[in-house]
Amino acid sequence: MWAMAMKEFRQMRRDRRTLAMMILLPVLLLVVFGYAASFDVDRVRTVVVGPGAEAVAAALPERLDVVRVAPGEGREQAVEALRDAEAAVAVVTADAGQPQVLVDGADLFSARSVVTELRGRPGLPTPEVLFNPGLETSAIMVPGLMGVVLVFVGTVATALGVVRERQSGTLEQLAVMPFKARDVLAGKLLPYLGVAFVDLVVIVAIGVLLFDVPFNGSPLVFALGALLFLFVTVGIGVLISTVSETQGQAIQLAIMTMLPQILLSGLIFPLQAMAAGVRWIGYLLPLTYFVQVARGVMVRGASFEALLLPLGMLAVLGAVVFGLSIARFRRDLAPSGRHREHGPAGQDRDAAAPTRAGAR
Amino acid sequence: MSWGCRGLTVRYGATVGCEDVTFEVAAGTVAAVVGGDGAGKTSLLRALAGTARPAAGAVRRPDERRLGYVSAGPGVWADLTVDENLRFAGRAYGLDAAELDRRIGELLERTGLASARDRLAGRLSGGMRQKLAMAMAVAHEPDLLILDEPTTGVDPVSRAELWRLLAAAAAGGAAVVVATTYLDEAERAATVLVLDRGRELLAGTPDELLAATPGLVVEGTDRPRGVPSWRRGARWRAWSPDGSIPAGSTPATLDLEDTVIIAQLAQDERRRGAA
Repeated sequence: MWAMAMKEFRQMRRDRRTLAMMILLPVLLLVVFGYAASFDVDRVRTVVVGPGAEAVAAALPERLDVVRVAPGEGREQAVEALRDAEAAVAVVTADAGQPQVLVDGADLFSARSVVTELRGRPGLPTPEVLFNPGLETSAIMVPGLMGVVLVFVGTVATALGVVRERQSGTLEQLAVMPFKARDVLAGKLLPYLGVAFVDLVVIVAIGVLLFDVPFNGSPLVFALGALLFLFVTVGIGVLISTVSETQGQAIQLAIMTMLPQILLSGLIFPLQAMAAGVRWIGYLLPLTYFVQVARGVMVRGASFEALLLPLGMLAVLGAVVFGLSIARFRRDLAPSGRHREHGPAGQDRDAAAPTRAGAR
Repeated sequence: MSWGCRGLTVRYGATVGCEDVTFEVAAGTVAAVVGGDGAGKTSLLRALAGTARPAAGAVRRPDERRLGYVSAGPGVWADLTVDENLRFAGRAYGLDAAELDRRIGELLERTGLASARDRLAGRLSGGMRQKLAMAMAVAHEPDLLILDEPTTGVDPVSRAELWRLLAAAAAGGAAVVVATTYLDEAERAATVLVLDRGRELLAGTPDELLAATPGLVVEGTDRPRGVPSWRRGARWRAWSPDGSIPAGSTPATLDLEDTVIIAQLAQDERRRGAA
């Protein structure tokens, strides 16, 4: 038994990725959890509109963080502010009578904290919950979970698909064939993108039909967000494949990229409730922006203009990650490419290249 | 038309794959690259094929559309059928549908894979998989065909069949480079390059190499003393650098294996002398 244990220990010591997962990951998760795992939203972004808005804004509880006061606007503009995620609460004042308090039901935890605070307090208006009137968790979680599925297909399946070529020796075969690196990559990724889109349609259908998740916005905007998000996740998958020799390594790395996204993207714990020291990580993660797009379109019916920021961030992340992955993939596929001299027709020649590591 | 390299050095970080190797293969001939593990055969072939970057020297090879390559893998797609693998290779090299159909039929007959046409490549035996890889590499009738140890780990019957295929490719005008650890295979080639620790040990036709072997090779039932020796079956062979015949030994018929062993012994002697 001891011989077996020693052998296992020696192998584990050399498998740095698994060691990192076993030692660093729990520490990381615990620290992150400690700072990120909170459903308590202390400050809720609020707009106040209507006559006497300034006076009402000054009298609001501290939890309601007033970001805009607009005496000239009315209920219509207030609803638009919620739809565009400018605020989670809108207070609409009137010349006579109690102000209306509109709450964005898509911002579930903010909404619950406000509703809990205001309900049962005599003299205060009963809040009206828009977009997700029943404050259903499924209406918020399902759009976010669609992103998780796309991460799985885009990152894990893609990484495995490319690493499988390297493991089986066929990547070297592709490197010799008259393919450009972009042809190989595009040809490899197209089926995964197709399947991911089919997956998305099925999940949306299940969400809407089985879980009564609303779909109030434009399918085109949603599709655009999904496509941009897929580019990022697929790019991450290709990047993982260029630094992995085996499928096991690829899966480990994919898990390490998926976990922070699930925990810090606002999918489970609201970003506003996270400590600032951890929240900034969420703003670097692609799932954060897809969740905003998915919830914005499906639950709020947000417009393309209102979602320009998350869509733009996905486009930027996609360009960076995909660009990097193509550069690395091209290096794997055509290490001689840059130093090829062209001789007489049909005759290529590799010149002496600057000293450089030639193999992975 | 000939292809090859001049002063080729391939490095992988601090490790030298091959160093200062000059090698040429003419159209219509087979050139064998011989050496043990780590000799530099794969580095040389990868540089010829364009999958390893030269750190020094120059490589001359045809356009990638005129190149065929069988890696040590071999590079067949296990979850595609024999037909699908051939069809993919043919389309990759630009064969049109009609030509591809004709060529696939021809190759399946020549390789004896016709009955396994619809079988997944992952379910083929080692020899059949190598034949499929070779068929994929010659589907487009390349000018330069590079094969990295196509017969290693393959049964003797399949080895013979594979050599018939690559000889047919050479007869069709291709320049064929084959890396092998089997010296009996190297004897069938028009030229032989022997690598040792990444450097050229011997180069020339098999007859030239045999003729240039210094000293005498003897054999006997007992191991002779005072001279370098090695086993060959049940008997011992030895190298007598000065041509003398040790007691109990008789002159042996020289072959390429002896020549390579002697060259390595002489090399080791020179290194010891230099140290």
